[in-house]
Order: sequence, then C-alpha cells, then structure tokens
Amino acid sequence: MTGVKTGGGLAGQDSTRKVRIGCGAGFSGDRIDPAVILAEKGELNYLVFECLAERTIAMAVRSRLKQEDAGYDPLLVERLGAVLPAAVRNDVRIVSNMGAANPVAAARRTAELARHLGLGPLKIAAVTGDDVLPQLRAKDRPLLDAAGTVWQWSGDLISANAYLGAEPIVEALAAGADIVITGRAADPSLFLAPLVHEFGWAWDDWARLGRGTVIGHLLECAGQITGGYFADPGVKDVEGLAKLGFPLAEADSDGGAVLTKVAGTGGEITLATCKEQLLYELHDPARYLTPDVVADFSTVRFEAAGPDKIAVFGGSGSTRPEKLKVSVGYREGFVGEGQISYAGPGAVERGRLALAIVKERLARLDKDILDLRLELIGLDSIDGNAKGAPPPREVRVRVAARMRSHEGAALVGREVEALYTNGPAGGGGATQCTKPVIAVVSTLIDRAEIHPAIHWELVA
Amino acid sequence: MILREIAHTRSGDKGDTSNISVIAFDPADYELLRREVTGARVKVALGSMVQGDVERYELPQLGALNFVLHRALAGGVTRSLALDMHGKCLGSLLLSLEIEGRRR
Repeated sequence: MTGVKTGGGLAGQDSTRKVRIGCGAGFSGDRIDPAVILAEKGELNYLVFECLAERTIAMAVRSRLKQEDAGYDPLLVERLGAVLPAAVRNDVRIVSNMGAANPVAAARRTAELARHLGLGPLKIAAVTGDDVLPQLRAKDRPLLDAAGTVWQWSGDLISANAYLGAEPIVEALAAGADIVITGRAADPSLFLAPLVHEFGWAWDDWARLGRGTVIGHLLECAGQITGGYFADPGVKDVEGLAKLGFPLAEADSDGGAVLTKVAGTGGEITLATCKEQLLYELHDPARYLTPDVVADFSTVRFEAAGPDKIAVFGGSGSTRPEKLKVSVGYREGFVGEGQISYAGPGAVERGRLALAIVKERLARLDKDILDLRLELIGLDSIDGNAKGAPPPREVRVRVAARMRSHEGAALVGREVEALYTNGPAGGGGATQCTKPVIAVVSTLIDRAEIHPAIHWELVA
Repeated sequence: MILREIAHTRSGDKGDTSNISVIAFDPADYELLRREVTGARVKVALGSMVQGDVERYELPQLGALNFVLHRALAGGVTRSLALDMHGKCLGSLLLSLEIEGRRR
C-alpha cells in the first residue's frame, strides 16, 4: 500500500481491467465490522467511508471552535483502527469524508494511529478548501431552498461548506495517496474519484462520469443496497440482517459495474434492493446534480448476474453545473421536548387532555415560541391524518417546541414532567431534553471562489 | 387491494423535500401502478403532511415511479419538530393506498 500505483491516463491500455470499490460506512455512526470484512475478504482496490450528513459538519465546526485539533469524525480512530491493518496488508486504498470540519487534523490523527499500529510507509492526504465561510461573509448571496439571503442569518452563521467534487481526490490519488480524507465533498464523488483515477476518464467525458456517479450513488449508503432499510416481514424477507454485509462494485472502464458483497455476510443484493437504492434521495432521475456532472439515472437498468450479484447498465451525463452548492449551518434557537405515557381504557382521551393542559401552560411563553408540536405517539405523531383508526392500548404524549431561549426550551420538558402530579390520571415514564438547533440552508458559489488544496501527512 | 400487494417503496429526504419511490414487484404491474398511483392521489393520501406540490417521474425500465413531495418535511430535517424528521415513514404509509384493478 505504498508509492504511486496506477496513475491517470490509462484508458485503452486494458479495457478488461476491473476496479473493485467497497463502501465501508453509509453514515457517521455506521457499524464497523462490515468494513473490516470488506478490507479482509473483499479483494478491494478501494474502500470508501461516507460519514458526513448535511448537518454534521456544522456540529463539527462547533467542536473545532472549542478545541483546535478537533472537528473530525468522532469515530475516526475506532473505525480506521479496526480497518487499517487489513487494508494495508491487502493494498486497499481508503477514501473518506471523515475529515468533516478538520481534514488536516484527521490526517494527522490517522498518521499517529498508523504509527501506533506499526503500519507504513503510508501517504495520507487531507483535502481542504470546502470551508467557504470567509467567502460568504465577504459577499451575500440568495438562498437556494428558501426566501432571503445568507446574510439574514449573519449573526448566527456557524459554517459554510462547498460540496467539492472528485478532482482534488483524484489529484491526491495520482500523487500516491494511500488514504484520502476530505471534508465536505459530494457523496458519489468519493467513489467516482478512484474510477476517474484508475481508468483515466477525461473531466468532460460526461457519459462515463455520469455512470461512475451512478455507481457511487448505489454504494454510498452502504447497507441500504445489501438489504438494510428494506426488510418487511412476509413481503420482503431478508436473511441474516444481524450480520448484514456491505456492498462492493466491480467497475469497468466504461462505467458499467457488477454490485455484490462478500460471501457469507448477511443480507442480499437483488434487483429490488438496487432499484430502491438507485431512486433513494433522487428528484428528477435525468438530472442528478453533483460537482462533477449532471448525471442521468433515467436509463439505468439492472440484470441479475448470480446470487447477490447485480449488473448495472446504462446511465449517462451532461455538462457539470456551473456553480457549486454550499451547505450553510446557523443557530436557530433551541428545541425543548417532553414525553409521558398513558395506557388502558381512555388512554387517548387522557393523552389529549394532557396535551391541552401543557398547551395552555406554555401560552405564557408565546413570545419565545418559534414552533410548537403537540401529538400522541401511537396515534398521530407519524401519520398526521390517521382518522377512524381503532384506539391504541397506549399512547405517548409528545410536546416539542423550538424556542428562542434555552430557558424557554427547558420549560417545555418541565411542563410535561409536571403532568405527573398536575395532569390526568396515570401518566408514566416522563422524559425531557433540550438541544440547540443547528439549521442548514443552501446557496451557490462560483467555482472560481473556491481553492481546494492537499495537505500531506507521511508515515515512514 | 392495497399498494403493498404489488409494490415496494423507499423514502428519502433533501431539505424540505421528500421523495418516495414506488417499485412494482412484478414489472408486469407497472402499467397498473402508472394508472392508479398518480401524483394527485399521493398528495391526498399523505394529506396535510405534504404542503407543496407532488411531481411524478416515470421509470418504465425499472417498473418504478418516483414521487417528489415539496414542503413535506416540516421545514427539513435540521429544523423540523417531527418525530420522523426525515420523513422515512412516508413511503410505508403510502403502502396502504387502495388500488383498483387486477394484478398480473
């Protein structure tokens, strides 16, 4: 796992060559064991960990403000500590966005970890340049998904991160990186980068970039394509969910791939799991926007190619978007929440009485309340339209409010707890919590305004 | 019959927009899905939870429809007070939609 391996510009050298990419995590808290299995038995060239949700980076920025060398994924050491020995032994290169708000510190910590494990030599690259808070403070711009502009939150801005594409990751791989750690990058770009690097795809080969993006999109949620988030007993049964394995793709130089998983792991890869994952978080299938390409998923097809083996065909792309999307995190008050249960005959009526009492008591905080939600879990908390359903044997009162002040938020849970001795009969199991709200909105930035760079950490 | 007998669904979120894919177990039932599961019916089925428009995209080669539900997540996962702030359950709720017709 050392030195420069296959560089770019290899297209046409061997059209039958395949690249094997696994996905070792689909979110920051994901299970660790499946990635170890992939590193040990997946015969992989690359293992990618997607660990950065929309809001995670804003929270990570807050950790970094408290502590200079913090702000990367809290499970970085545990995850890479488990995976690195097998990855190094088997020559598997790693790409991950676990850098979150501090890729450089993450790379430094990874280097320390490798030395501690006696692994090396290793070249670890941190991709920076996604942090565009200074650019947004210098120049206001309209919001993408709401009315107004970024500066309406100017006093409360926490973070602004542009979605970087595959380019800086490819640059790091071409320079021989064994491990590439990014902050905010588009999820499929983490997977597209190794394909571009290995097959030497041009940055305007929109069709192949589109197909590589399809592969990335299929892999990026890890267990969601191997039978996780899928089982529905009696209708969609899945074997071995407790030991669910994670996926890998064997990709070809044209952007086609076979999706599979390590034999003996739980779960399944079928036409149905692949179709669900292809359409996951998709809007217009013909226009899936990433920093690298406008990918076209509308012509993607799947074919069964053996047990837990699905071939993916089709897909294309067109010219990449001119501007990059930026995720902007800002403070927007506090959430206070309280819950308490009622059971037996009349549970629903007592629950409703409890909600009415709390609502009346909270009315005195009217000026502090930004948003208030009163509901009965078991009756109408998920399905707001459940009329005429038979009354459940138990309900759980839930009061949640977004408040301007932390004090106001704390009162929400206290008023629910007070129902014990100041509310209907038989309330049990009261709980309460408060938390700051970090909201996220989006805007756009010109490519010329961002400056991706690579920082190196070398392990001898 | 209900939708669950001929199709499966998955829900995803982006900001205040939800998407629900509706996929026929048997591609032969795709035309039935196309006829029965319209954007208007999806909007009615989910009622007040969907404040905005519902768009439908057709993927015949997958035997699937993709619904995009605007203003369906109470402001989006980062601000919403909803218990299911991602709207992960919306697709499951849709499975109780009544379907007129005969499966292939």
